[in-house]
Amino acid sequence: MLEIFTYLADVLVYRLAGLDPSLKVADALHFFIEDTSKIFALLLVMIYLIALVRASLRVEQIRQWLDGRNRAAGYLLGSLSGAVTPFCSCSSIPIFLGFTSAGIPIGITMSFLLTSPLINEVAVVLLGSLLGWKFTLLYILVGMAVGILGGAVLDLIRAERLLQPFAAKAYLDANQAGATAEPLRLTLSERHRFALDELRDIFTRVWKWVLIGVGLGAALHGFVPEGWFEQHLGEGQWWSVPAAVVLGIPLYSNATGVIPVMESLISKGLPIGTTLAFCMSTVAASFPEFILLKQVMQWRLLAILFVLLLVAFTLVGWIFNLLAPFII
Amino acid sequence: MKTFKVLGSGCSKCQKTAASIEQIAAELGIEVRVIKETDPMVIMQYGVMSTPAVVADEQLVHSGSVPQRAEIEGWLSA
Repeated sequence: MLEIFTYLADVLVYRLAGLDPSLKVADALHFFIEDTSKIFALLLVMIYLIALVRASLRVEQIRQWLDGRNRAAGYLLGSLSGAVTPFCSCSSIPIFLGFTSAGIPIGITMSFLLTSPLINEVAVVLLGSLLGWKFTLLYILVGMAVGILGGAVLDLIRAERLLQPFAAKAYLDANQAGATAEPLRLTLSERHRFALDELRDIFTRVWKWVLIGVGLGAALHGFVPEGWFEQHLGEGQWWSVPAAVVLGIPLYSNATGVIPVMESLISKGLPIGTTLAFCMSTVAASFPEFILLKQVMQWRLLAILFVLLLVAFTLVGWIFNLLAPFII
Repeated sequence: MKTFKVLGSGCSKCQKTAASIEQIAAELGIEVRVIKETDPMVIMQYGVMSTPAVVADEQLVHSGSVPQRAEIEGWLSA
C-alpha cells in the first residue's frame, strides 16, 4: 500500500521534473518527496485514530492509577502511561508537581516523564514507516527500559531530598490526593471533535520538524557516500557511542525531527546502537527541558539526572552495537 | 469585575487562552481582569496538572486545553 508514495515521487521527480535518476539531486529529491508524503499521510490517519481512542483519558486518572502501587509495578506503569499520553513539555512541571503532591514516588513520576518524549504515536509512525516494525519494537522497549531504570535509580538515591524545598514539602505532606477522576463519558461526535482538535494541534506542531528532519535525511541520503560512517565511525571504535550521545545534547529536537535522520544514518552504515544512542540523546536530554525542571529540582539532582541519561544512552548504544548482528 | 487567572507555564496555548478571554469579554462589553499565572507552586495549589487552566473568581473552571468560545461566554455571564 505504501508503494503509492514511491510511485508519486517517481512521477514527480523523474517524469514531471525530468531529472535523471542517476543524479544525486534527483536521488535526494525523490527521497524527500517519498518520505514526506508518506509520513504526512500516515500521521494524519494515526493521530486522528489514536486521539479518538484517547479522548476520555485524563492525566488525573493516570495519577490515580499510579497511586499506591508497589515500586516495581509503579515504574513499569509509569513508563507505560508516559508512552501512551502525549503532553507538551510545558505541562511537565504541573504534572510532576501533581504527582508529587499526591505522594507518588519521584522515581515513578520520572519514569513517566522520561518515557513520554521518547515514545508517542508520532515517533511510532515515523519509525514504523521508515525503519520497519522490528526496529520500532526495539525502540519502544529500549525507551521504556530507560524510563523504568532511570526512575528506579532516582528512588534508590532518594532523589526527593534534592527537590526544591516547596516540592519536597508537597511530597512529604502528600494529603491533597486531588479530585478523584472518573473517566469521561463521551459521545462519538465529542470524540470526533477532540480528535480533530488534537490532529490540528499536533500536526501544526510537528510538520516543520518532519520537513527539517526528512530534508536533512535526504541530504545525507543523496550526498554522503555509502558506507562513509562505517569507514569513519565503525563499530570497532568504542568511543563513537559516547561521542554520539554528547553530540546529541545541544542538538535539541523532538522525536519527529530526528527519526527521519536515523534512517539515513543507518543506511549509510552508522551502527544501529550508535544511531539509537544519538537519537535518544537528542530527544530526551535537552537543555530547555532541564531549565524547566530546575523549577522543581535542585542543581545537584539535575546534574545526577543528566549523567544518568548520558550513561543510559551510552549503554544502550554499546549493547545494541554488540547485538546488531542478531537483530537485523 | 470578574477576575480570571490563566494557569500555565507561558506556552502558546496559555497565551491564546488569555487573549481569547480578553477578546470575547471586550466584544460583550464586560470588564475583566486577566492574570497569567506561571508560578508552578501556585499552579500546584489549584491542583492543576494539565495546562492551560482557567480560574474564574478563585473557582477552577477549566483545564487541559484552550477553552471553546461558548465556555468562555458562559463564565463571563455567570
